[in-house]
Amino acid sequence: MAESHGNAHGATAHTEADGGHKAPFPPFQKETFASQLVSLTIAFVALYLISSRLALPRVRQTIDDRENTIKGDLAHAQKLKDDSDAALKAYEAELAAARARAQAIGNETREKLNAAAEAERKALEERLSVKLADAEKTIASTRSAAMSNVRGIASDAATAIVQQLTGATPDSKLVDSAVEASMKG
Amino acid sequence: MDPIHQFNIEPIFTIGHIGGQEIAFTNSSAYMFLAVALTSLLMLGTGRRLVPGRMQSIAEISYEFVADTIRTTAGKEGMKFFPFVFSIFMLVTVSNLVGIIPYTFTISSHIIVTAALAFLVFFTVLIYGFYKNGLRFFKLFVPSGIPVVILPLVVTIEVISFLSRPVSHSVRLFANMLAGHITLKVFASFVTMLGAMGIVGVFGAVLPLALVVALTALELLVAFLQAYVFTILTCIYINDAIHPGH
Repeated sequence: MAESHGNAHGATAHTEADGGHKAPFPPFQKETFASQLVSLTIAFVALYLISSRLALPRVRQTIDDRENTIKGDLAHAQKLKDDSDAALKAYEAELAAARARAQAIGNETREKLNAAAEAERKALEERLSVKLADAEKTIASTRSAAMSNVRGIASDAATAIVQQLTGATPDSKLVDSAVEASMKG
Repeated sequence: MDPIHQFNIEPIFTIGHIGGQEIAFTNSSAYMFLAVALTSLLMLGTGRRLVPGRMQSIAEISYEFVADTIRTTAGKEGMKFFPFVFSIFMLVTVSNLVGIIPYTFTISSHIIVTAALAFLVFFTVLIYGFYKNGLRFFKLFVPSGIPVVILPLVVTIEVISFLSRPVSHSVRLFANMLAGHITLKVFASFVTMLGAMGIVGVFGAVLPLALVVALTALELLVAFLQAYVFTILTCIYINDAIHPGH
C-alpha cells in the first residue's frame, strides 16, 4: 500500500472525471485504514480516560449527592411527621386528662354546693320550726290568758245579772262553776 | 450528486509514516475527536445541580442508561467495564447523531472503524475471560446438558459463532449507517435533479423532499438504535467473559 492519501484522492477525482474504471469504494480503501486506526486509537483512549477519570465519577457524585439529599430530606420529613404525631398524641392525652379533671372538679363542686345547700335548708327549716313552735306557744298562752279574762268577765257579768234579778249576791264559787260548765257546753 | 462521495476520506494534514504507510489527520479523525469533544463537553461541561437542567439531564440519563444496560445484561460485576462500555456507546452514538447533519461525515460508515471497535470488544472479552476464569472460560463453548454424541457438533457451532462475533458485530453497525446515508443522499439528489427541471420538477420534488424528511427521522432512530445494539452486544459478550457457563 505505497499509495498515499493524496494520490488516492487524486485517483478518485481522475476516475470520476474519466467515467472509466471505478474508484474503490471509500470504506474499502485500504490505504486509509492506518490513519483511521491511529486516530480511532487516540480518540478512544482519550475518551476512555476522560470517562473513567473525570466524567463518570463526576456524574456518579452528582447522582449520589442528589440521592443523599433526597434521602436526608425524606428522613427529616419523617422525623418531623413523627414529632408532630407525638405532639398530637400528647395534646390529645393532655386534653383528655384536662377534660377528666374538669369533670371531676365540676362533680366535686356540684356535690359540695348541694351539700351546703342541703345544710342551709336544714338549718333554715330548724330555725323556722323553732320559730313556729315559739309562735304557737305564744298563741296558746295568749289564748289561755284571753280565755281566763273572758271567764272573769263572764263570772262578773253573771254575778251582776243574778244580783239584778234576785237582789242577792250569788256565791262566787257557784257562778264560776256554772260559767265553766256553760263554756264547756 | 454521487451518493458515495460523502464517505470519502479527505486527508487534512500528514502526521507521519508507519512502515511506509502515511498516517494522516483526516476528516474521519476530525469527526472522531469531535465526538470525543462533544461527549466530554456533555459530561463535564454541564452543571451539577440538585435539580438538573436539560444538558445535565442528558448527561445523567446517558450515564444511567449505560449503567442499567450493563447491570441487566452482565450483572453487578459488569460495572468494572462501565467506562469501557460508556466510551463505546458515547463514541458511536454521538458520531452517528452528528453524522445525520448534512455535509458531515459518519465515522461508523467505515468498516475499519466498526471492526476496530468490534475487535477491541472481542479481545477484551477473550483476554478478560481467560484472566478471570482460566481454562474454565472454555465452558463457554460447552453448553451444559448436551448429550455427548452431539457435543462435538455443538462445540464446533459455538466456536464458529464466537469467532464470527466481531464480524457480525461490526458489519451490523457499518452496513446500517452506510445504507442509511446512501439512501438519504439518493433521495436528496432526486430533489435537486427534479428541482432543476423547471416548474413541473419543483412540484415533483416535493415527494422526495418529504421522503428525505421522513428518512432523516428514521435515520435518527437508526443512529441511536444501532449504537444501542452495538453497546448491548458488547455487554452480552462481556457477560460471557464474566460468567462463561451458559
